[in-house]
Amino acid sequence: MARLELNGLTKRYGDFYAARNVTLDVAQGEFVVLLGPSGCGKTTTLRMIAGFVEPSEGSVSIGGQRIDRMPPWKRNIGLVFQSYALFPHLTVAQNVAFGLEMRKLPKAEIASRVHEALQLVRLEHLGDRLQRQLSGGQQQRVALARALVFHPDVLLLDEPLSNLDAKLRQEVRVEIRKLQKSLNLTTVMVTHDQEEALTMADRLVVMNEGEVRQVGTQRELYEHPADSFVAGFVGRSSFLDGSLETAERFRSRGGLEIRCRGEETGPAVLSLRPERLTVASANQDGLDNSFPGEVEFVSYLGGLIDIHVRLSGQDLVIAQIPNREDGFQPNVGERVHVGWTAGAASVFAGQGPRDQEM
Amino acid sequence: MGRWLLKGVAGITLLYILLPLIFVTWLSFYRQEIPSFPPEGYSFRWYEAILDNDRMVDGLLLSLQLGVLATAIGLALGVPAALCIARFRFPGREMLNNLLLLPLVVPGVVLGTAIYIFHVETEIATGLPIIGSLLGLVTAHILIVIPWTVRLVTASLAGFDRTLEEAAMNLGANRWITFRRVTLPGILPGVVAGAMFGFVVSFGNLEMSLFLVGPGRTTLPIAILQYLEWKIDPTIAAVSVVQIALIAGAMLLTDRFVKVSRVV
Repeated sequence: MARLELNGLTKRYGDFYAARNVTLDVAQGEFVVLLGPSGCGKTTTLRMIAGFVEPSEGSVSIGGQRIDRMPPWKRNIGLVFQSYALFPHLTVAQNVAFGLEMRKLPKAEIASRVHEALQLVRLEHLGDRLQRQLSGGQQQRVALARALVFHPDVLLLDEPLSNLDAKLRQEVRVEIRKLQKSLNLTTVMVTHDQEEALTMADRLVVMNEGEVRQVGTQRELYEHPADSFVAGFVGRSSFLDGSLETAERFRSRGGLEIRCRGEETGPAVLSLRPERLTVASANQDGLDNSFPGEVEFVSYLGGLIDIHVRLSGQDLVIAQIPNREDGFQPNVGERVHVGWTAGAASVFAGQGPRDQEM
Repeated sequence: MGRWLLKGVAGITLLYILLPLIFVTWLSFYRQEIPSFPPEGYSFRWYEAILDNDRMVDGLLLSLQLGVLATAIGLALGVPAALCIARFRFPGREMLNNLLLLPLVVPGVVLGTAIYIFHVETEIATGLPIIGSLLGLVTAHILIVIPWTVRLVTASLAGFDRTLEEAAMNLGANRWITFRRVTLPGILPGVVAGAMFGFVVSFGNLEMSLFLVGPGRTTLPIAILQYLEWKIDPTIAAVSVVQIALIAGAMLLTDRFVKVSRVV
């Protein structure tokens, strides 16, 4: 087990960059999640670490040793595939033993380590089963045992939970995270599910169009997104297009004058987290910003309620308010006032992501 | 009503297919020499007659030997060819694929003539004894086995999940071990079916072999044909039953390992 370093890792197909200049340092025992929409380069990056895709440029090192020119079978990396990729003609125990046999361990040691690994995932009683006799969750655990049994330097997880049903996914998240911590495994997981990423990671890497957009903890990404893509992808945001007239004043396309904390003046996009907005029946004088608007849509989420409010012809925001008995709960068509502090908004230079929510 | 019609048609078709087999089998147990109806009685004498007929026994042995050799080599060539066609994109891939299936389309007589001429020319040019040799016969039979091995292995490769190979390599298996331990077991149904069909095609081939056998080296179908030229006693029926039983046995045996209906 060791530190994993990616340096300027790039994969080019003709003019197309599947991954571009990916640089990342994963500390011993750290759980890093590569997060992004499909086609963002996260899987390509993972496959370059595993050795199935040859990088066009850049390097991959484990424990200071370069491995990017090694074939996959020499890398000592554990990988859990999205489809699990269990060998259908082998039993559970034979599947788990495969990596140890390849390392030419004595038979007795293989047997005891297979048992140990299956105990780790609580499947020691199913060693004689075939893949088709297992449930999805069991297959997933076998795949995990198979990837861990040979003590890999690095563990890679390729959307390991996407084939499980929602309830099981919650449990397995916690289980994988606990296991990873107790074994102190350097781990990289790929997912497009932000909730999964947020619950499991020590650090997240947000990717889009082959490039790393931001690396940071959950809080850093959520509170201080580097750009409007991250703001839209990690958590939800409402985006208002417009321009910064001064560092403190943003004018939206719909003509709203918003107090904020920006930097350079010029075309910009203002992003607002739904839960940082308050909705009231009257003007909210205590806040830096308060605008009247009409409720366009209300979605009831149980503990929370989403309220879509149109502030002008071009400006629409979503506010999320707690569902409380005594709370203010407007209906569609009602006039309300939406307010927020100057520090609640993030301002990015350039255009907003038009394909995002809203 | 519609279901009964379907069953009726299916029954008639089945009967149509099986009728020759039934009659041949029946005939092989007739006691009299001239096959006439009704039979005068039943006996095993024609089966015994096969064993006394050296040409039949030698033919059977040669056909078995030929079938096994041609199938084994046909597999050794067909499996890598199928892998290549299924896995790689290269110019001329489609043409190569068609070329490998071509022996299926060319009539046996044409194939036999062409190969015979090729043998003659080669023998004249090199002085090597090729005409009528076992080697010449085996290489020709490989040609008619290959389309089957290539086709059936390609079909099973199409349904094979390649991430399994990545998983094996990730676990420390190099390309060869990956093929042997993961790919081959995965495509085994296609390999077995390809071998079986290849063997059956080789074992039953008459037209092409006619041009290529040499003196004292006759395959079973040719031995049967030659026997028929001067006699029509039920020995032929008995030989046919043996042949059918051999092939049916091979099919049943393979079906135990691989569901043939899933591959073909």
